[in-house]
Amino acid sequence: MPKKKMYDRGKVFAGLAVFVVLLIFPFLLNLGKAAPAPELKLSDKAKAAKECVESKAYMTANHMQLLNEWRETVVRNAQRVYVNSSGKKFEMSLSNTCLDCHTEKAEFCDKCHNYAAVTPYCWDCHVDPKETM
Amino acid sequence: MEESSRRTFLKLAGFSALGLGAKPVLDAFASSGGVQSKPMVMKGEKALQAKRWALVIDTRKFKSEKDLEPMIEVCHKIHNVPKLENKRHEIKWLWTEEFKHIFSSQTHDFLDERVKDLPFLTLCNHCEKPACVRACPTKATFKRADGIVLMDFHRCIGCRFCMAACPYGSRSFNFRDPRPFIKETNLKFPTRMKGVVEKCNFCAERLAVGKIPACVEVSKGALAFGDLGDSKSKVRELLSSNFTIRRKPALGAGPSVFYIV
Ligand code: HEC
Ligand code: HEC
Ligand code: HEC
Repeated sequence: MPKKKMYDRGKVFAGLAVFVVLLIFPFLLNLGKAAPAPELKLSDKAKAAKECVESKAYMTANHMQLLNEWRETVVRNAQRVYVNSSGKKFEMSLSNTCLDCHTEKAEFCDKCHNYAAVTPYCWDCHVDPKETM
Repeated sequence: MEESSRRTFLKLAGFSALGLGAKPVLDAFASSGGVQSKPMVMKGEKALQAKRWALVIDTRKFKSEKDLEPMIEVCHKIHNVPKLENKRHEIKWLWTEEFKHIFSSQTHDFLDERVKDLPFLTLCNHCEKPACVRACPTKATFKRADGIVLMDFHRCIGCRFCMAACPYGSRSFNFRDPRPFIKETNLKFPTRMKGVVEKCNFCAERLAVGKIPACVEVSKGALAFGDLGDSKSKVRELLSSNFTIRRKPALGAGPSVFYIV
């Protein structure tokens, strides 16, 4: 096969190199700088209570589903009492239960949500007692 | 040779697929024997229950707007109902109307003086056959087993079909963010947000903890709340011993709010 000549070899490779650098620029910029998970501050009340509504691992992974079930059960089924896996009773309420214990919403819920880039719209209606007072 | 190796491959693949299908079943068996018992939900011990909640308003016990104010005030206060001066943006759960407006098909030019000028307490009728519920495309408004017609604000998309369907004008739309217009927020009850419809909830949150509706509590006996399904209830007693009327009976919605006139 006859050898074909590549024109502007230098420019092509230089262009390619620039392209590749641009492509991976965001990754280079963040290299070794992964944002560390935030330190969550438990309120004094939560510290005193020691335990959440369910186990910590369950809460970390599933609190959104739990809240979803709570609101469905309270509003649509008229049942307001939750009995957890170890038989303890809680009123199913976002402001009156979760925030009654996690009194520092900003230092707890919000801190983690900011890190995870979630913005629950619940607070358009549900009251953070701290913010309103 | 080729033929048979394809055959063996298919067989193997079939068995593997079976195995995959069986995994969730095995998992279920494995987890059902765990030590953690399942969480439960239930009604509160003191929760008031009924077959069909109803309200009887004895209008003979009222003289002027002043007598009705405490009820409206307490209702709007505990439920964080905003006070908007602009009539078109107004939010109301409990308010007053003249006889000729709310009983438009039962009025005439020669009404007696008392009834003509009397303010009538008006609210959601918690109908037996609520038109709003049929109109709602998301089931955000629904009828509970105890007859209360409720809003599930989590599902309201603000389409306002329910407002168009309601023959009693019992529903208000949040054209604006209500929060700046709530003088004193009740921290125990959520507010609403711009873009949802709201109305009286027959104090569902109070019934759940054994309390009667707030308006009835402060009415000094002019309002009675009880179970239509219980022949010995206060409301049934009042209904059987007084002549009562309901709003727009010809529509067949079946209001649960009765007026002694
Ligand atoms: C009685 C007090 C109390 C109540 C009520 C309560 N919590 Fe907790 N919560 C705690 C405590 C204490 C911890 C830390 C548990 C641990 O470290 O083992 C915790 C942990 C959590 C965590 C995990 C945090 C992490 O670091 O991963 C989440 C999420 C959470 N709670 C959400 C909620 C929500 C949502 C509600 C309402 C449904 C709620 N909590 C109600 C006391 C409470
Ligand atoms: C350890 C981190 C963490 C903490 C602490 C935490 N959350 Fe979350 N939360 C998350 C994450 C992550 C999601 C998003 C999950 C998803 O999108 O699947 C989430 C989602 C939610 C959602 C659903 C949002 C939506 O739009 O669907 C609600 C509601 C919520 N959290 C409430 C709370 C409340 C209330 C608290 C404090 C009592 C809290 N969370 C504390 C991590 C946390
Ligand atoms: C448009 C207003 C609105 C929004 C937005 C909203 N809620 Fe609610 N929520 C309410 C109202 C009103 C009730 C009824 C309160 C009652 O009957 O006690 C309620 C009830 C609840 C309840 C049970 C009662 C209680 O006191 O908490 C839970 C749990 C709940 N909502 C969770 C959520 C969560 C989680 C979100 C966000 C993902 C959310 N809600 C967003 C208005 C709202």
